[in-house]
Amino acid sequence: MRLVRLTDQDRPEIRFVFEGQEVTARAGDTLLTAILAGDGGFLRTSEFGDGPRAGFCLMGACQDCRVFVEGQGRVRACTTPCAPGLRVRRA
Amino acid sequence: MTTPREADVLVIGGGGAGCSAALHLARRGAHVVLLERGLVGSQASGSNYGGVRQQGRHPAELPVAKRSHELWKRLPQLIGTDCEFVQTGHLKLARSEAEAAELAAYLDVARSHALELQLLGRAMLRARYPWLGPSVVAASFAPGDGSANPRLLAPALAQAARESGAAILEHTAVTACHHGGGRFLLETAAGPFTAPRLLNTAGFWGGQLAASFGEPVPIRHLTPNMMVTEPVPYFIRPNIGVAGGGVYMRQIPRGNIIIGGGHGTGDPSVPMSRPSPEVTLQVMQRAVALVPDLAGVSVIRSWSGIDGILPDKIPVVGPSLTTPGLFHAFGFSGHGFQLGPAIGAILCELALDGRTETPLDGLSIGRFARAALPVG
Amino acid sequence: MRVAVVGAGPAGVRAVGQLVRAGLHPLWIDEAPDGGGRIYQRPPPGFRRSPQALYGLEARKATALHAALDALKPRADWRPDTLVWNIATHPGRLNLMRDGVATEQGFDAAILCTGAMDRVVPVPGWTRPGVTTLGAAQIALKAQGCAIGQRVALVGSGPLLWLVAYQYLRAGAGLAAVLDTTPFRRKLQALRGLPHDPATLAKGLFYVTRLRAAGIPVAEGATPLAIEGEAPDVVAALRWRDAAGREHRLECDAVGLGWGVRPELQLADLAGVPIGFDPVQHNWVPQRDLTGRTPVAGIYLAGDGAGIGGAAVAELAGARAAQALLADAGLPVDTALVARLERRLLRQARFRTALERAFPFPAHLAAAMPDETILCRCESVTAGELRAAAAPDGPHGASPEVNRAKAFTRIGMGRCQGRVCGAAAAEVLAARLGCDTAAIGRLRGQPPVKPLPIPQPEAAP
Repeated sequence: MRLVRLTDQDRPEIRFVFEGQEVTARAGDTLLTAILAGDGGFLRTSEFGDGPRAGFCLMGACQDCRVFVEGQGRVRACTTPCAPGLRVRRA
Repeated sequence: MTTPREADVLVIGGGGAGCSAALHLARRGAHVVLLERGLVGSQASGSNYGGVRQQGRHPAELPVAKRSHELWKRLPQLIGTDCEFVQTGHLKLARSEAEAAELAAYLDVARSHALELQLLGRAMLRARYPWLGPSVVAASFAPGDGSANPRLLAPALAQAARESGAAILEHTAVTACHHGGGRFLLETAAGPFTAPRLLNTAGFWGGQLAASFGEPVPIRHLTPNMMVTEPVPYFIRPNIGVAGGGVYMRQIPRGNIIIGGGHGTGDPSVPMSRPSPEVTLQVMQRAVALVPDLAGVSVIRSWSGIDGILPDKIPVVGPSLTTPGLFHAFGFSGHGFQLGPAIGAILCELALDGRTETPLDGLSIGRFARAALPVG
Repeated sequence: MRVAVVGAGPAGVRAVGQLVRAGLHPLWIDEAPDGGGRIYQRPPPGFRRSPQALYGLEARKATALHAALDALKPRADWRPDTLVWNIATHPGRLNLMRDGVATEQGFDAAILCTGAMDRVVPVPGWTRPGVTTLGAAQIALKAQGCAIGQRVALVGSGPLLWLVAYQYLRAGAGLAAVLDTTPFRRKLQALRGLPHDPATLAKGLFYVTRLRAAGIPVAEGATPLAIEGEAPDVVAALRWRDAAGREHRLECDAVGLGWGVRPELQLADLAGVPIGFDPVQHNWVPQRDLTGRTPVAGIYLAGDGAGIGGAAVAELAGARAAQALLADAGLPVDTALVARLERRLLRQARFRTALERAFPFPAHLAAAMPDETILCRCESVTAGELRAAAAPDGPHGASPEVNRAKAFTRIGMGRCQGRVCGAAAAEVLAARLGCDTAAIGRLRGQPPVKPLPIPQPEAAP
């Protein structure tokens, strides 16, 4: 999945680490946007063998966008702001 | 008045014990009718932790627990499903030298009942379970113990009982209970039922039923506070308890960690029960003290259910002392899930043969009758 | 007296407005950092689109609500970024969680304005990355300036379908098609009731006309069949069937799905408010009257969490519930305002009924879901597994209601607690058992309302 940055994207670039790679996002991105508007493709793999997931509701209800942030544990990517230097892994 | 439906044995209460009794009775060819107020396995039998454990049990319970253990291992042959029973072993942790001494003292009990139990020191614990926190100093491990899915056992036993000819009537509360001329007469919304034998497997409410036959017991309701986490990679293999209690946990291979400890609130007259948020938070803290890797893992659901607890924390199992043909098995005090399968087999023997090979010493309802007698 | 308001969307803002006006200093809790709810969600700081660009025809309402919200924050005990994960009554207590820290707050009266989320029918392939709710497609654009893909298919029914499509069109997003599952004649029949609110009707027609004029393929009476892709983490196409029964393959890289919304009623449920099935909305809704009062003393409900009414109704209902609370507390009531609010609420209720009839929940789509479809996306339970659990000859006996089915199959037992799959699961079960959806029941609410992280161990003494 790739989110398409359409409008309101003239925000400062920030850098964070996803799956060990330094990647670029924009200030004001949620973690979900930061990962999926780049090359992240997906956020987690279903625990039960039915494939990758990338969130569904984007409003903090479905809990299907959980990622692992060093120092924070498992968080919802759709409601967690991306910040410079975060180290994020798929959960 | 409607003519009562005749049965050989009536069972009040569709928890694990009652459903197992219905199964064993039906397999022996008895005409059995089980009456359940809600759905089978709704209260303690369906909402408990799911521990299938012999370690740490009261000596009076151990013969029943050992017999049940054999039935657990044979569930697929008995009822066509294993109810997710797995023998992961049960690891009981000590957080102090005093608790370690308590574990060591139980070794004698285990030995006298031929229960395999290993005492593990700090080094062995660290080697086997590197994820245990520094507060744990020793443990005892019962390799044969394990856990199962409590939501499945009573319904599976009931289904097998149905297939063997038992009548399992759900949403059928008993509204009145009479005894006379050697027969029991139960009134229900589905009409009256009569039989020469009656099994009281009504959980907490078994106390009221016993009292109605002149055998009151000092039963209180028990509402265990339970919670479960989101699925995380499988790393906690054994079912875990602690000396002194307060927290217990197990992880299922799907990844969820079931954590219990403390009590919620409940009202058996409704019946309703709910977990306590304060207790949930406390138990989360106790759990992460034992297993620090739980930090950051989320609890996704909590619940409770209603069980009955007796002052000595062991159930009443055996014949009534006031009423021939009445047999009790209730007040499991938080450990009925593992016992359920054997309790049914034992009640079947008591009802049909008048005797059982399994020692029930210490579990008779008479222990409360004696205590109630005036001294001197 | 201690008054709490949960939620800072249209209902919560207007409720707090009335409470503050009456001289109270309510505890005001919202999960978002900035309040505003979903319909008028604001982007984070640093975004610069105008309200017109963000909210279109609703810009004036959104701007007014945001102004009220910002003016009220300092006059209330404002707690943003805070989850209410449990509620108890008599005495009233809220369990809160913020940044991993749990606290508890007592209350004498509470207005719950917990909002709604999309109601979805699972379609084979709906768990693929690239498939979201319609609400999510809208939030991506509104709050992040992003489209969910290059070529987006929007599928479902109801006002949100057309609104999101129009917003995507305006923002320059690529739209593959808009597929409405409701047959045209059904909507036409229900139009009779819609003139109760001509403005809303006009808006709907405006959106459809603009989409058609822009050459976006639009279909009515469509049936989605499957969302497909080569690799497991992409969407390549949507297979669907038109009203005439012809199958089509629509190339797209993202799909937004939604069939109206359903109330987020977990807190009302935990507070002991009776929940009943509303056959017109085809939703389980908490019991409350026009004033927002519930059978539980001290608990008031407003907004979509109290039954779906939309943003305009939420504003009215929030103010009305606050007036009810004031009246019950023996505080002065603005009777002229109350009369005006009730008149407008009644008019809106008639309009809403017509709208629900125009865009009914497609129970037949859920019922006909193929066995292999993942129904519960948290626990990966298929429709076939649910149907098997319902059968009386299964290893654990029949599941005559949805909580028993949950016990046997783990459906609705995952992180979302059945928010996403519950409605569809009930339809699958009802169809399998040949009974009414209402008879299947609903998944019971259980605390925590949302996942509650286990804290770091306390330092050893």
